[in-house]
This record gives sequence, C-alpha cells and structure tokens, in this order.
Amino acid sequence: MNFITEHLLFLILFTPALAAVIMLFLPNGENRLFRWFAFGVSFIPLALSLVVWFDFRAAQPGFQFQESYTWYEAIGSSLHLGVDGLSLSMVLLTTLLTPLALLASFGINEKVKAYMMLFLFLETGMLGVFMALDLLIFFVFWEVGLVPMYFLINQWGSANRNYASLKFMIYTMGGSLGLLLAVQLLGVLFGTFDLVTLYERWNALGASDTLLGMSAGTVKTIAFWAFVIAFAVKVPLWPFHTWLPDAHTEAPTAGSMILAGVLLKLGAYGFLRLILPLYPVEAKYFAGALAFLATAAIVFGAFASYAQTDFKRLVAYSSVNHMGFVVLGIAAAAFAAGTTDATLALNGAILQMFNHGLSAAGMFFLVGVIYERTHTRNLEEFGGLFPLVPVYGGILIFTSMASLGLPGLNGFISEFLVVRGSYPILTAYTAISMLGLLFTGAYILKGIKKVLHGPMNEHWAHGEHKLTEISTREILVMAPLMVLILWIGIYPAWILDVINKAVVMLF
Amino acid sequence: MNFPVLSIITFTPIVAAIIMLLLPAQRKNETRAVALAAAIFALILSFWVYFNYDRVAGGYQFVETYNWLPALGIALKFGVDGMSTPLVLLTGVVMFTGVLISWGDDDKHVMAGIQDRPREFFAFLFILASGVFGVFVSLDLFMLFFFYEIAVFPMYLLIAIWGWVVTREYAAMKLTLYLFMGSVVSLVGVIVMYWVAGQNTGVYTFDMLQMENAGFSQTFQNVWFLPVFLGFAVLGGIWPFHNWSPDGHVAAPTAVSMFHAGVLMKLGAFAALRVGIMLLPEGAKYWSWLIMLFAGVAVVYGAYIAFVQKDLKYMIGFSSVSHMGLVMLGFSTLNRAGLTGAGVQMFSHGVMTALFFAITGMIYDRSHTRQIPELGGMSKLMPFAAIGFIIGGLVSMGMPGFSGFVAEFPIFMGVWGAQWLVAVIASISIIITAAYIMRNIRQVFFGDVPEKLEGHVGDVTVLDKVAITTLCLFMIAIGLFPAFMVPMVQTGVENILRLLGGA
Repeated sequence: MNFITEHLLFLILFTPALAAVIMLFLPNGENRLFRWFAFGVSFIPLALSLVVWFDFRAAQPGFQFQESYTWYEAIGSSLHLGVDGLSLSMVLLTTLLTPLALLASFGINEKVKAYMMLFLFLETGMLGVFMALDLLIFFVFWEVGLVPMYFLINQWGSANRNYASLKFMIYTMGGSLGLLLAVQLLGVLFGTFDLVTLYERWNALGASDTLLGMSAGTVKTIAFWAFVIAFAVKVPLWPFHTWLPDAHTEAPTAGSMILAGVLLKLGAYGFLRLILPLYPVEAKYFAGALAFLATAAIVFGAFASYAQTDFKRLVAYSSVNHMGFVVLGIAAAAFAAGTTDATLALNGAILQMFNHGLSAAGMFFLVGVIYERTHTRNLEEFGGLFPLVPVYGGILIFTSMASLGLPGLNGFISEFLVVRGSYPILTAYTAISMLGLLFTGAYILKGIKKVLHGPMNEHWAHGEHKLTEISTREILVMAPLMVLILWIGIYPAWILDVINKAVVMLF
Repeated sequence: MNFPVLSIITFTPIVAAIIMLLLPAQRKNETRAVALAAAIFALILSFWVYFNYDRVAGGYQFVETYNWLPALGIALKFGVDGMSTPLVLLTGVVMFTGVLISWGDDDKHVMAGIQDRPREFFAFLFILASGVFGVFVSLDLFMLFFFYEIAVFPMYLLIAIWGWVVTREYAAMKLTLYLFMGSVVSLVGVIVMYWVAGQNTGVYTFDMLQMENAGFSQTFQNVWFLPVFLGFAVLGGIWPFHNWSPDGHVAAPTAVSMFHAGVLMKLGAFAALRVGIMLLPEGAKYWSWLIMLFAGVAVVYGAYIAFVQKDLKYMIGFSSVSHMGLVMLGFSTLNRAGLTGAGVQMFSHGVMTALFFAITGMIYDRSHTRQIPELGGMSKLMPFAAIGFIIGGLVSMGMPGFSGFVAEFPIFMGVWGAQWLVAVIASISIIITAAYIMRNIRQVFFGDVPEKLEGHVGDVTVLDKVAITTLCLFMIAIGLFPAFMVPMVQTGVENILRLLGGA
C-alpha cells in the first residue's frame, strides 16, 4: 500500500502504457476481451487521480506528489513528476475522458487490439505532459503523444484520413521544431532541464547579458516566439489552426473526443506552465499580439463554424472559437500579471480548458452517434429528427447549450470569468471577441435546427434507414459528462477553488 | 594472462568461414548452422564484453598484445574503450540478425534469404565480419588498417555475385574504387604519421596509445588531418563523398546491406575518430568548421534526397547519409555532448538501418519490387514486419522514447555549444525525415494490397521475426533507459576530451 501512495503519479502515468504492452501478448481476435480489458484498465488511472485530487492540498504552494527518477543523467534530465492545481485538473480531465472515449469505441470492429493499445499509449503521452516538471520530459511526452494519434486518424479515420493525419503530424512537429531548439538551448545554458531551476535561472538573465553573441533580450524574444508557435499550433490559434478541422473531421469518434478534449489543452497548458513563468517580460510585451491572434481565432472560428455544412466540421471550428477564449484570458493575465482582473481572467481560462474538454468531447461523440447510424455528416441531409430520437435530441440540445454558454451550465461560468477579467485589461479585443460570442450562439442554434428541427427528412423515418435511438452504452458515455457540465454550471466552487489557488501561486 | 576475449571475438568469424569452406557445397543447411552457431557465439562474447566493461574505471580494457612484426613496431594489440565497446556489440547483433534473415529455404517457392551458394556467401560475409571486429578492437594503427582493408574487400564479391542483377557490377566497382581511394589517402597519412612520430620520439611504432604522445606539430596536424579524416570518412558516407553509398546499399543483397549500412559506415566514422581526431587533435580543432559544414550539408541534403526517392532501398540509403551526417556533426563539435551523442548515434543508426534493410529485403524477396508506389497494404500480409518498420521509422525521426532521440538530442546540444546556426539549420532535417518516413510507411504498409501482389506475398518467417525483435529491443531499451549505453560512451568521450586538451 505504501508503494502505491508513494508512487501515485508514476502509476497513473504508466499504468496505461503497461496495459498496452500486456495487450500485445493477449491472443489475437478476442475483440470483446480487448475492449473490456482496455476499458477496465483505464479506471485505474482514474481512481488514482481521484485519490490525488482528494489528497491534494490546494492551499499549499508549490508542486505536490513530486517524484523523481533518474533518466538521462548525461544531459541532466530526470523523470521529475509533480502536480499543482492547474495540472491536476488537466490530469483529472484526461483520466476521465479516456474511459469514456474507450467506451465510445466499442463500435470499432477492425483491428481492435491495435486500436485499444494506441489509445492507452496516447493516454500515457498526454498525462506525461501534464505531470512533467522537467523540460525535456515535457518535450518527450509532447512528441510521443503524436504517434498514436497519427495512427488512430490514419487507420480508423474516414475518407480523407491520409491527408489529414499527415497534415496533423507535420504541422505539430514543424511547430515543435522551434520548441525543440529552444529546449536544447536552455539545456546547454544551464546543464539541467529541471523546470523549477530553469524558472529561476532563465529569469535571472538580464536583458543586457550576452548569449550566442546577441543580447539575452533578443535571444529570449526569439525563444519566446519559438515556444509560442509550438503551443499556438496545438491550441490552435489563428492562423495556425488549419490542421484542426481536417484532423478532427477525419478522426474516428473517440479520436476526435480526445483531440478536442485533451490534446488541444496541451497547447494551452504549455502557455501556462512554460511561457508565463519563463517569459513574463516577453509575454507582457507581446500580450497584445497574442490577444490579437486569440480574438481572430474567436471571431473567425465562429464565422467559419457558421458556414459549415458538415456537422463534424462545424463542431471542429467551434473548438477554434472556444480555445480562443482560453488564450485571450492568458494574454490578459500576462499583460497585467498580479492584478485581480488578471487572476479572474486566468481562472476563467483554466476553467474554460476543463469545460471545453467536457463539452467538445460530448459534442464530437454525439456527432459520431448520428454518423454511425446515417453515414452522413451533411447537415442538409438531416432535419426534423427530434421526434424520431427524442432522447438523443435532448442530450444534443443540452450539450450544445453548454457549448453555447447558457447560464447554469459550465461554459457560461468560464467564458464570463474570461471576459470579466480581460475587459478592463484588453478592452478593445474583448469587445471584438463579443462578436464571436454572438456567432457562437448562431452556429450552435444552426446546428441544432438543421439536425433536430424543421421539416422531417422522411428518409430516416422508415424502412432500412430508420433512425434508431441512442443506445444505453452511448448514454453511459454522455452521462458523466452531462453531470459534470451541470455540476460545474451550478456549483463551480469545488473546482474553481483548486484552480484559483494555483493561479494565485503562478504569480 | 587474461581470457583473450577480443581475439576470440575477432577471429571467430574467420574460423567459421574456413570451416564452412571445408564443408561440401551441397550441405547448405550445415553451412547455415555453422554460420548461426558462430554468430551466436560472437554475440554472446560481445555481450559479455559489454557487460563486463568497467564503466567506472574507463580507459582501454581487455587489452591483449602479441608481437607481430617487432622490427617495424607492429603488434597485434587489442583493447576496447567506451566508444568501441558498443560498436563491438553492434557488430555482434548485426552479424546474428544478418545470418537469420539470410537463412533461405530450399523447399518453399518463396525466394527468401540466400539460396545460391550459401557456403561462399556466408564465408565472405564472415571474413568481412572479422575485419569489422578487428578495426573496432585494434589499438595498433597498422592492424587497424589491415582489418579495415579486410572488411572492405569482400564487399566487392558479395555485391557483384549476390547483388541486385540490374546494378550490381556498377555498384560493386564504384563502391570499391571509392573506398580504396579513400583508404589510400588515409594510408599515406598513416605512414607519414608513423615516420614523423618515430622521428619525434625515437621509437618507431604503430601503437596508437604511444602515437597519442608523439608530439605532432601544429603545422603537421593541420596538413595531415584532412586527408586522414576524410579518407576514412568516405566509408562513413560523408558528403560530398557519399555517392558510392546509396548505390552500394541498393545493389547489395539484404544481409550485406545490413552490414554495410549498419556496421561498415560506422567503421569509417570510427576510424576517422580514432585516427583522425584522437591522434591529430590540433588538426581536428583547426578543421572542425569544415567537417561541420560537410556534415551539416549531409544531414539536410541527405534527408531531402531521401524524400524524393521512389525506391525503398534508395530512400533508406540516403537517410543513412543524413543520419551518418549527424554522427560527423557530433564529432565536429569536439565537445562532450556532441561526441557522446555521436557515439550513441553510431549504435542507434546501426541497429535501425539494419532493421530497415532487413525488412526491405523481406518485402523485396516476396513482392519482387521495391518501388514505393507499387507497394501497399503490407501490414495485412506481414504485420510483424510492419511493426518493426514503424519502430525503425520512429527511431529515424528522432521520436522520444526511442534510441534516435537519445542520440540526436545531445548531438544538437553539442552543436549549440559550437555553432548555434548549424543546429537551427540541421534541425530542418527532422521535419523532412518525419515527412518521408510517415509517407512511405503509409504507402508501403497501409492501404490496399495491389492486385499484382495479391496471393503470392506471404508472412515473414520465424527467423525473420527473431531478427526484427532483437533489433527493435535495442532501440527501445536505449530510448527508455539511456543509462544502458550513455555512461559507457561517456567514458570513451572523456578520453577523447583529454586528448583534445580538456575542452
């Protein structure tokens, strides 16, 4: 028992990967076994991360549950893990969404073993980023997560999957190239990758010191943008977002759930964990530029979403729109670090990360549910389906409303906090972003209307094409998401408390 | 007298070759069994050396000396340090897997492995292997050169006789001429070093440990470093002398490609390091910018050329140029991180490229084509090979968690320490590599099986699977646990840094 409590993070991190390796040795062809094994195993990290969540002391500064293992001594990197309120909420989101995504994948019938293994590896990759307290380990997991996702899209995706998966891979790797170089630079300068040490020593460099024949200020500015581009591709910020609609649309349903639910958060998490502490000066200086990109993402994302005729693409662009608010909050916080408004904005941004994880995963799953039955995602081919599938309709409306930001559901709380916090700091950008918020309403309602309301498309009412109601398994996927959406909407304090204390300590 | 493990390793293959040549030609299976037994024996001994090498003490270990030609100061002096021990292990691994995948099957219609005159094939291959082991363990410059030539020569026969019919004569001739040209240039340098060292110290010897203290003047080193280094580096595939290498890879039979890319190219790099950099350190400092330039071009240009290849083997051949460029890049930094990375990269690239060529050979034997556009859906027919190729691809891309990352990361750190601009430019190769690897994996292994190939392409054999597994395990082990190899390489690097003047 002591072993478990002393190595909680390590166990959370590597249980999925270990399970994937065990699966390799299970006999082929036992699809039911693979599904239930993967699904069952994914509850272990969930349970352990709940233990961490309840043992976590929100008021205590610094990182908790730290563990350190030697890894690559020659260049000064160790497997240093730890969580604060920010990373813990992301860990919880990941361990929560993975079982749901696995449950959502029970419909996969091709190469089930490989699919489940990749999914478990993916979970390890994502968790590693959130737990890493070593810059190199952060980068390692950052890159490792790409591989399973690439194959999930490439092997189980829809028609245009080859293009989409390669684009996803190349965009993300290309974006990370600058990050890789900057990580190397930091390693060469300080001989260690330990984040806490780097925070201090990197910031101790004055602008007038020289590095590589340039002033430290210049080097830092270049390195700052290298970090920003890597994370901006992942978030994604306009104009680095074009991989996203393709990847999300082509990915299998569960892949989209994880892509939108967790992978996009990796980018935002990078901003919070690395950019704000490592580059406070540059972040403040360039906050306007970041806010500009974020606002562009909010507004253009909403416009683009409204213009889609493909249901899944509509939801995909909505992610661009929603994640824009996260970065807007971060930009505001960077600009006025330490003020109450900044704290509010950052609280909103982090909560928005969590909320978007819930609602986007839910939305993608619901799109998948109807696609599985109709084999089309074209909004023009639906219409008036509510009477045929009232339960599905109800769930879709509920989740859409969370995405829209209806008061009483979670999206409202976080977007309100971001806007409330950013408005006094970046007034003009926040005001423009309201335009995006308006169109959020428009495209969400358009989606609901095209699918559920209006004249019924008789094609789905009778015969072999008759639409069937959402199944119990599918409801079970949605139920935890809906409970959390409502819970945070009505009583956000349980999670905001943890986030807020982390935010206060970030400054 | 210690157990003479290094001489046993070195001469095992050649003894096995003689035994095989004594067997009647039609006893193919007995020949193969002898080959496998010798390979396993050498592999076990290389493991023994690897795990018994004292990492704390460092330096040259398992040293053996036998007089050979005392009048000229030539001795059979063997010993390994942290740089060469992994390479000895690498040679053992490639030899073992190379025998497995060349096994051949006389009954089946599948043309896998070597059917034609396996006796001669394995004999030549093993003479080559002896030469390779000899270079890695020699502490005597003459002997190093001696084994170097033994390693190069059988390549000609192996390619010209068992190679790909279309280009084998051309490629064999091109390869041999290039390599002999390179070695003649180095030989001149080596002899000059011998004389000058003799004059300086009064003792004429080829013993490299003594030559380290020969007190070569700065001018001498500046003049002779380039011929010696580049002469050997030709075999390491350094740009602009890499041209023989992809042609040679393509024309060679599978096991020879594995040896060639997996081990022989390391031979060139290793000899360039041991003779060029370690004996002429001042010259190395003087010319490091030029080596860095060549290596930097090789890294990026090799990746680009690999990107546009349609032939799977050419693609791997040029990717080897790119990856060996990283080794040279690591050498050219002359600092701790860069050299360490280069040492690990030699091993990592060795197993990775051996794996690539092995799997390409398996595909070619069954489908009779290597044209990437003509292939497809191979993961359905040979899933095991597909997984192996994907793992190799991830190593090639420098994906964290695999040995490629563990090797490349310190190389880049070393380059940052020497000349940051080169690091930035060389990093472009990572993204190009990712693009062509992913594209080719998709094209060759996924999608639909082309009609032409349906029906007569079967799965790989059990021996093939053992070979793939062995190679993959090394790449994963080093990737997850760098401590498996890095500390050992570091002890070798410390020695080089000492010669470079504690840089």
